Parts: sequence; C-alpha cells; structure tokens
Amino acid sequence: MTLLSVQNLRAYYQTEAYGISRTVRAVDGVSFDLYPNEIYGVAGESSCGKTTLIKVISGNIKPPLKVLEGSVHYNFGDYQVDILQISQDELRRNIRWKKISYVMQGSMSVLNPVRKVIRTFQDIVDTHEHIRDKKKFLEQMRAHINQLGLPTEVLNAYPHQLSGGMRQRVAIALATVFQPALIIADEPTTALDVVVQRGVLQMIKDIQARSNNTVLLVTHDMAVHANVADRVMIMYAGRIAEEAPTESIFNAPLHPYTQHLIQSLPMIGERSTKASLKGTPPNLADPPSGCRFHPRCPYVMDVCRTEVPDLVSVKEHHRVACHLVKGGSL
Amino acid sequence: MSANEKLVDVQHVTVEFHIGGLVGGTLLTAVNDVSFSLESDKPEIFTLAGESGSGKTTLSRLLLRDLEPTRGRVLFEGRDLSTIRKRSEFKEFMKKVQPVFQNPFETFNPLRRVEAYLFDTAVNFGMASNRREAARVVDDALRNVGLSLDEVRLRYPHELSGGQIQRVSVARALISKPKLILADEPVSMVDASLRMEIVNLFQRLRDEQKVSVIYITHDLATAYYISDRIAIMLRGYIVESGPVEDVLERPAHPYTQLLKESVPEPAPKKRASWAKHITLGTTEVKEYGRIGCKFAGRCPQVMDICRRADPPDVQVGQQTVKCYLYSGHGDKTTAGAQP
Repeated sequence: MTLLSVQNLRAYYQTEAYGISRTVRAVDGVSFDLYPNEIYGVAGESSCGKTTLIKVISGNIKPPLKVLEGSVHYNFGDYQVDILQISQDELRRNIRWKKISYVMQGSMSVLNPVRKVIRTFQDIVDTHEHIRDKKKFLEQMRAHINQLGLPTEVLNAYPHQLSGGMRQRVAIALATVFQPALIIADEPTTALDVVVQRGVLQMIKDIQARSNNTVLLVTHDMAVHANVADRVMIMYAGRIAEEAPTESIFNAPLHPYTQHLIQSLPMIGERSTKASLKGTPPNLADPPSGCRFHPRCPYVMDVCRTEVPDLVSVKEHHRVACHLVKGGSL
Repeated sequence: MSANEKLVDVQHVTVEFHIGGLVGGTLLTAVNDVSFSLESDKPEIFTLAGESGSGKTTLSRLLLRDLEPTRGRVLFEGRDLSTIRKRSEFKEFMKKVQPVFQNPFETFNPLRRVEAYLFDTAVNFGMASNRREAARVVDDALRNVGLSLDEVRLRYPHELSGGQIQRVSVARALISKPKLILADEPVSMVDASLRMEIVNLFQRLRDEQKVSVIYITHDLATAYYISDRIAIMLRGYIVESGPVEDVLERPAHPYTQLLKESVPEPAPKKRASWAKHITLGTTEVKEYGRIGCKFAGRCPQVMDICRRADPPDVQVGQQTVKCYLYSGHGDKTTAGAQP
C-alpha cells in the first residue's frame, strides 16, 4: 500500500512581465511513492526543485507556479484523493494539518511573536476543529506537549523567550496535534547548532516511531539523511537523479552526482583533499539538454548531451537516472 | 616589527552587554576572559567554533575594532586597538584586517555590479590612484581566488553562483593585501557541491599568500578539514583549545565531547551512537546567568564544585581545557599557561 503516489509530475513557474515570458522548470517529470511508516529523505542543492515539489504535494499551488502534468494521489486508508483535483475548501477542511502537516525552517515565523505559544495552538486547532471545551483543550495540549518530552511551561511562554531549538520543537509539536499521516519537514534543522539539531531530529524520529506515520524530510545535509532517513531521493535540477534505501545510497551510490555529494563531505578524523564539482548548478529557466548533469559530470559521454536518461530500477527500491548504468531496461 | 611579535594578541578580554531598561535589566557577558594569539611569522588557520550565542561573532567584532572590550586588551601587531583614534590609523588597520561575511548575496548590493565594489576598495585603500591601475590590482586579487576580471566584469550579484560570488567577496578582502582575514561562517550559505572550493581557497591563501585566517563556524567537519588550531567556545568562554587534531580526535572537555558526538556522520552504520538521547537547555538566558561552569547543567560528569566557581584553564596534553575534571577537583589550582 502506498500513502502517496506521485506520477510524472511537471510543475513550472510561468511568468510574464513587460512582454517577456519566462518558464522555470522547477519540477520536471518526477515520479515516486511514499509508504506508511517510513522517513523519506529528499536531498539536493538550493534551486533543485525541492521546495516546489513540497508545495505541489501539499496542494499549495499558487501562480506563477503551475502544474502542467501529473498526479499526486493520496491514500489515507478511509479516504483517497488526488490533491490536484480537489477544491481549496476541501483541502483546508479535510486534509491540511489533519492529514498532512508541515514543519518549516524558520520556526519564529510559525509562532506569533506577540502571543503566548498556547494561543497559537488554540488558533490552529480552532481553525480545523472548533474548540468547545476550553479546559479540556488545555488539558489535551498539556498532555500532548508532555508526551513529546517538552516542559509544559513552554505553552505559557512567548516565542522570543524560548531558545531556537525549543521553538523548533514547539513547531513540531504544533504540526503533530492532529496525528497526521504525513509530516513534511522542510530543512527543519538548518539554522540550528549540531547539538540542538541532534535533539530536534531525535524528536522527529521518536514521533515517527510512536505513531507509525510518514515523514518527508527535506534537507541538503547528507549527513542528516545518513542518520535519520530510511530511504533517500537525490534531486538534481528538477529531476530525480537517484533514489535508494539509505544504506545503498551511502555504500553504493551509482549516479556520479550522488557519488560526488558523498565523497566531498568532510569528516572528523579524515584529512584527504576534497574537491568541488566544476561548473555551477544549472539555471532552470534554461536547463542543459539531455542529462541535466552532463556539463558537470566527470564521466560525460556523447549520449548524455542529447538524450535524457530514464529513471531505471537497478535493484529493488534502487532507481537511478544515468546513461552509465545499464542494469535496467535502457 | 620584532620577530617574536604577535600578529593578534587577545589578552583576557571580557565584553558585557546591558540588556533591558535604563534602570533595571541585567548584564550579559558575551565574551568572558578570553585569551588567544596568532604568530605573525607563521600564517595559520585558527577556528573559533561554538553554537549560536557562544560569543564567536562578538569576538570577531572585537578583532575588527567594531566593538571595544569592557575589560582586557586586543593587540594587533603589538598595538592596542583601543588606542587607534585617527582616521588614517584606522584605515591602515583596516587594510591589514579584512572580513568575509556569511551571506555573499547580502554583502553586495543587488543593484550594483560586483566589480564596482572591487574598484571602490582598491581606490579607497589607496592601492591604485586611477581606474586603469585599479583594474590591474582587482584582476590580481580575482586571479588569487581562481577568477578573472573578464569573468566578473559587468555582472550583477544574481548572475554569479553562490560559490563564485563568495570567491569575489574573498577577492575583495584580498585587494588591500591583508595579513589577517576574518571569515564569519563563510560557507554556510554556499551550495554543498561548491562548498569545498571556498574551503580549499582559504588553505591556498595561507600557503601561497601567507595570510592568516580566523575561521568562525559551527561546522566542526569543515573546521577539522582546514584549520591548524581550534578554540571551542561556550557561553562566552573558550572551554577547550589546541591543535585541531588533538581537540577533535581526542576531546577532553565534556562539552567538546558532546559536540563531536553530535556531528552527524555521513555513515549510516554509525546511527546508533548518534541516536543516543541528549538533554537540551530550554532557554539561553539560563545558561548565561549560571554561576561556575556554564555547562554544569548538561554535563554528565558534573561535580559540586562546578556549580560554585569558574573552572581554571588546565593543560591536558596539547590542549588547554577549562574543566575541573583535570585540575584535581580544583583543590590545588594547576592552571596551565594561556595558549
């Protein structure tokens, strides 16, 4: 059973200003499945389409972003839906926050700076499910916060009184109020220090292990994926370069881009010289022909310049888009 | 300048900030009795590492003379920075100490071409008297970072990649032929595939241009990769310092041990040790206000004495460690020499 099935998704930003039209191909032919009870990592550099992908699968599509093709099909057990086909109203009533919730990078902008944390909880819960008994609600929220291992005093604090790590954990607590089937975490620890990052990620793992839901963890930090994710998808320039279980991605990466990402990570205790890739990430308004990685690839062949490589399965759950890999049906 | 003169000598510096209203409020000690120095005849990369709120940036502002210490002295080539009063003297100082900032896209005005900054810097520091001469100076600086004037001419910041523009901002710092570059989180905004080129660049500057670099970061993995010496900061104190191999491979202070353990390693096999649960502080203010060792609230090896008074600096092998664990319970203070 899949929780989410994304098929051949194409989402472009189309703008027209002063008679010049411009198309940014942020997500270009992406297909993948999410299963219940897993942590799925998405990795990639800035402007590779990570955030656009999240926007589309959470149904947050506003111009200039346009979905040209594809489907985003959810199966919540009792309730099945293509999120691209339903109205904003239905999305708000039945799905957002109840089935899919979202943890952002800057938790300061999630919490209202002039109201106590409990008021933000109240606002959000009230929007989705009318609060009838305020006392009972307070009790529930205290229990929820306690269950996550946070002190109840945080509910009566203002956001600025909390440390960055505590704020981020409050934002996670807020995202899990309704026990959603899918939690999307977009760079949840990027602005945090290593010790705090470890605490926040441990909390995400604990929540997932307890409620057996699915977490979509987006971060550019490969070391975080190595420690948290069950499966990892590597995106490059709007397409999937490789997708595999975490062990395979780190021990036997097949795509040259994945190989570079893993080899270039500095590690304590190891001092060999690490190099950067030549060239720069491509401009998605004018992406390179064929394989989008070919101008930077150390193993580039003629076919790479003209033909787009298919994403083929080389092993169970291991898919890769590269002309070098001939294991599948190429 | 005599041979044994230090390039930078920070002597028991303390910075206090007053927080709150005019009457009430509290004192926050952002930098607390910090001492370190860099030799002038031996260029090196010195890392200041620590979490946010540990005082790294305050210390860098002190070194740029953007801030004056409440107590203690900062000497640059033997001159106390607080005695610099005249504009011309300050300019001389700025020529020798140059900053590189975290976000290169904020360093440059998006509406101005990047080369305009390079020409301005060359002319303002008197490295060139006219544009034609400046072009040569600017081109030299850009070649040092692997670019050239032809590549960046007429370009606006958004037309360069994150890695390129950060290299331009290093080139700008190099124009005045500085002796010291202060790099405050220079790679945290740069894409992963381009990060190593910036890091390698600092190494090359040290080896070829004999420029010392103070590298401020919270990323211990890159710190290990490039630096010669490292100082770990916690709530205003340097808790451990020494050669980077010693400090990060065999950390002595419990806080450094926790930090090192918390750096996620890109190896799925080692997940188990990283997943061990840790306690986090609720608020930052609590730790700043603590008497004695600031880490006492989270330390697994905490003793009574840790909560009563500041630990002394103890020499453990190559490292200087601020911890009672190594001082014989603090009965006989065997405080080691400052690094």
